[in-house]
Amino acid sequence: MIASMPGLATVFVAAKINYGAVLPMLIVFGTAMIGVLVEAFAPRAARYAGQVGVALVGLVAALVAVVLGQGHQGSTLAGAVVIDGPALFLQGTILALSVLSVLAMAERFDGVGADAFTAQGAAAPGSPQEAAAVRAGATTTEVFPLTMFAVGGMLLFPAAGDLLTMFVALEVLSLPLYILSGLARRRRLLSQEASMKYFLLGAFSSAFFLFGSALLFGYAGSLDLGVIAKAIGTQSGMDGLLVPGVLLVLVGLLFKIGAVPFHSWTPDVYQGAPTPVTGFMAACTKVAAFGAILRFVYVGVADSRWDWAPGLWAVAILTMVGGAVLAVTQTDVKRLLAYSSIAHAGFVLTGLLAFDKVGISSVLFYVVAYGFSTIAAFAVVSLVRDGGSEATHLSQWAGLGKNHPVVAGVFAFLLLAFAGIPLTSGFTAKFAVFSAAIGHGATVLAIIGVLSSAVAAFVYVRIIVLMYFSEPASDSVRAVSPSIVTTLAVTIGALVTLVLGVLPSPLLDLAARSSLFLP
Amino acid sequence: MSNFPWLTTIGVIPLVGAFVVALLPASLADRAKQIALGFSVVALLFTLAAALQFTLDSGQQFQLQERHPWIEQFGVSYALGVDGIALVLIVMAAILVPVCVLAAWHDVPEVGKRQQTYFALMLVLETFMIGVFAATDVFLFYVFFEAMLIPVYFLIGSYGGPRRQYAAVKFLLYSLLGGLVMLVAVIALYQYGPGGADGFLVEKLTGLKLDQTAGRLMFLGFFFAFAVKAPMWPVHTWLPDAATEARPATAVLLVGVLDKVGTYGMIRFCLQLFPEASRWATPVIIVLAVISVLYGALLAIGQTDIMRLIAYTSISHFGFIVLGIFAMTSVGTAGSALYMVNHGFTTAALFLVAAMLIHRRGSKRIPDFGGWQRVTPVLAGVFLISGLSGLALPGLNSFISEFLVLVGTFQRYRVAAVIASAGIILAALYILLMYQRMMTGPKPESAAGTPDLTHREKWVVAPLIAVFIVLGFYPKPVLDVINPAVARTLQYVGVTDPAATHPAAAEGAVK
Repeated sequence: MIASMPGLATVFVAAKINYGAVLPMLIVFGTAMIGVLVEAFAPRAARYAGQVGVALVGLVAALVAVVLGQGHQGSTLAGAVVIDGPALFLQGTILALSVLSVLAMAERFDGVGADAFTAQGAAAPGSPQEAAAVRAGATTTEVFPLTMFAVGGMLLFPAAGDLLTMFVALEVLSLPLYILSGLARRRRLLSQEASMKYFLLGAFSSAFFLFGSALLFGYAGSLDLGVIAKAIGTQSGMDGLLVPGVLLVLVGLLFKIGAVPFHSWTPDVYQGAPTPVTGFMAACTKVAAFGAILRFVYVGVADSRWDWAPGLWAVAILTMVGGAVLAVTQTDVKRLLAYSSIAHAGFVLTGLLAFDKVGISSVLFYVVAYGFSTIAAFAVVSLVRDGGSEATHLSQWAGLGKNHPVVAGVFAFLLLAFAGIPLTSGFTAKFAVFSAAIGHGATVLAIIGVLSSAVAAFVYVRIIVLMYFSEPASDSVRAVSPSIVTTLAVTIGALVTLVLGVLPSPLLDLAARSSLFLP
Repeated sequence: MSNFPWLTTIGVIPLVGAFVVALLPASLADRAKQIALGFSVVALLFTLAAALQFTLDSGQQFQLQERHPWIEQFGVSYALGVDGIALVLIVMAAILVPVCVLAAWHDVPEVGKRQQTYFALMLVLETFMIGVFAATDVFLFYVFFEAMLIPVYFLIGSYGGPRRQYAAVKFLLYSLLGGLVMLVAVIALYQYGPGGADGFLVEKLTGLKLDQTAGRLMFLGFFFAFAVKAPMWPVHTWLPDAATEARPATAVLLVGVLDKVGTYGMIRFCLQLFPEASRWATPVIIVLAVISVLYGALLAIGQTDIMRLIAYTSISHFGFIVLGIFAMTSVGTAGSALYMVNHGFTTAALFLVAAMLIHRRGSKRIPDFGGWQRVTPVLAGVFLISGLSGLALPGLNSFISEFLVLVGTFQRYRVAAVIASAGIILAALYILLMYQRMMTGPKPESAAGTPDLTHREKWVVAPLIAVFIVLGFYPKPVLDVINPAVARTLQYVGVTDPAATHPAAAEGAVK
């Protein structure tokens, strides 16, 4: 037993590093460091352009590294990082989605800095200090390096080969998000409240994750997922630790995807955070967290699934039903999309519960489809304004289709994708997860899934009714004309939503080829 | 020309038309209607040309086939093809669309984007309607089945009457719920099939050895969606709202064509793919169909809103269609297939002529009329003919199909046929009472000077009445196309006609 614990080896052996495999992460973290230096040394006027440029170049370079890094699959850093098909697929997805997110965050409209972010995060809302910062033309360009750090953590999260690395990744991706959530320019108290809630609940969930990891270490004598997998099925004398350990680690991970009953932060944080950050969280965090759950469940503890899968079934059912039903009562667009994202997390879980290669590829496809649609949707939300600030109350969206047919049209299309209407990516994705579930003994989940979809469809349809079939509520609500960055983010997001609905074969193929985990 | 993609072509023409109409430059915006009509007429011509390629003695179930891989990972092909039933329904749809465009000429009077969108949505709908009847891949059928809802939703919700929001949402939610339940069955069916890159083709899924319980559950999944669509009692409640709030042209396409997808789906998918389950479910479905016949008719008698009345008559007629389908006799099922076509034209005439009256009077309420025979005699006459077609007067189209359905049902389910016959009497009541209340009586003073049928309206009505009379006296061409398809479907189900107690009568009915 002791011999199988690499952590307890008496002689220190330097880990071999396959730099080709970890290159994308190195690029992203390196770019984040450069961003910090830019923040420190570049003159204020040059920072916005510099930061956006550095972030985009870094992300694109990392994406290229992922695409070219197919040949570097394998376990590296003494098993701490495993680069395999799902890891590369998810890293590519995260990077592509991050490019769109950074574009959306960079929107300035007519101002000097990124429009969604406060002039000075540390200044109390409404204080003279804040006013002075605004007068001085301060902008929070540090959001870009923060985003890069979060992206770096996200890249590591689905590639983590042991629970400790997974925890480090979890924290690296979470901490910048806590700060980003609190940096909204308008309705700052709401934003800071969101940040605080997210931080406190996130800290709790991290504790659960750590405690679960400790129990699993006690059970298997290692944090390495491959070793834990091997330990299952052998008598270790500590068998009672396995199931509690698995469940506690799952709590930590399910918190990140906003699964019921660990979802309570989602609506508040999605509402309070700056809208582009919300889009970033809804898309990229989910991708990374589902990657981590996939790896933990499929690589680590799949063989003991009869003991804990019922719990995950219950979570999946609660998530689908809860997300859909609670979305019905929402009156705020961002909260509504938050509950919708909860329901979607439930649909992904049904695919995950297939416990099959098809399940993995369906999850991979789903997170791509959902990620692109949701970033575009939040970018559209950030365009609809009432007197400068975002008009997020649903009643303010009435009659939008009359005055702004393009904005309303794109949003309606994205809503139809969320509802899973054919010829959108949402339908293909739902079909993939439900057919994985039905094909592998989870038909009940699929039936509950389609019924929840019907409930959720009501929500989306209601917004379309408001936008198209109602008279405008007030004249002051209008969609501002976005600059090229937001236009790009929305266009790409909507286009991907359409293409994955009409011609999904190439991506399905890629997902299927990428669905093999290495231990 | 045998390899020419006929079905894709007739589907794409309206789609191209929709884009052209929607994106017209402002200088041409006042031509939107004409362009929309032009595209729909071209689509009709191509449809008729395609119909001429159809042969009666083909060994295959589907003709005019096209097949390309689409989503191989899911086993989905882009596969089109028609048998006799699908062909006549496509032709019906292709005839009704230009008629509806013409009838909708002044629905959106102001020239501009709103008007262009209206006609573009109708053309998009035509594409989906053709696709849904032509799909020979279950997944592709489902895609069209669901996608079809969106243009109708916008047609009702954006252009309908005062309670359009309610009606549009109700319509969409009912249909989506039915569709999503069907989705589970669609996915499950593939798992039971041979699988592979083209595992969703109807031919691959026909004749599967299904586990009894699984087969029945999947049958129910499909049937629920089709029953909502058709619509049958007790899931019919969306129809009267949708029909009365929608514009008349939309109502025609909705009730006349879209709802046929429900009954068409019962023949193509429920009977063909789940023969055992179909036979198992028949008694219950026959009862539901008879209830629909009587319930729809009785409620129609009680309506004061013309459009709602017509909607309820449709529920009654759909009851007949379902009855004939599940009687599973060659006469009954052929009668149902013919009934689908006839009902499309009859309902179209009723809705459109009623709309002309409503437009002139400014009210949908039957009591607001009275004596209009003296104001607009031609319009009243046309209305009477449409009504008589609705009550299945011999010599007009519906009579033959209703008669075939009842004869076919009587061969196997005598009680059901006898009870359903009461529907004919009730039909006479609701049509003639409506006519009496609206048209007879003293000449209303307020309506003096109301113009009779305009030139455009004559063009709307003429093709419909021509169809009534042609199909009323000489339905043989249509029946010839339908009969082989029906025979093949019944062969899949594995039922044979019961030995006729009076063979001459049964044979006489088919001829």
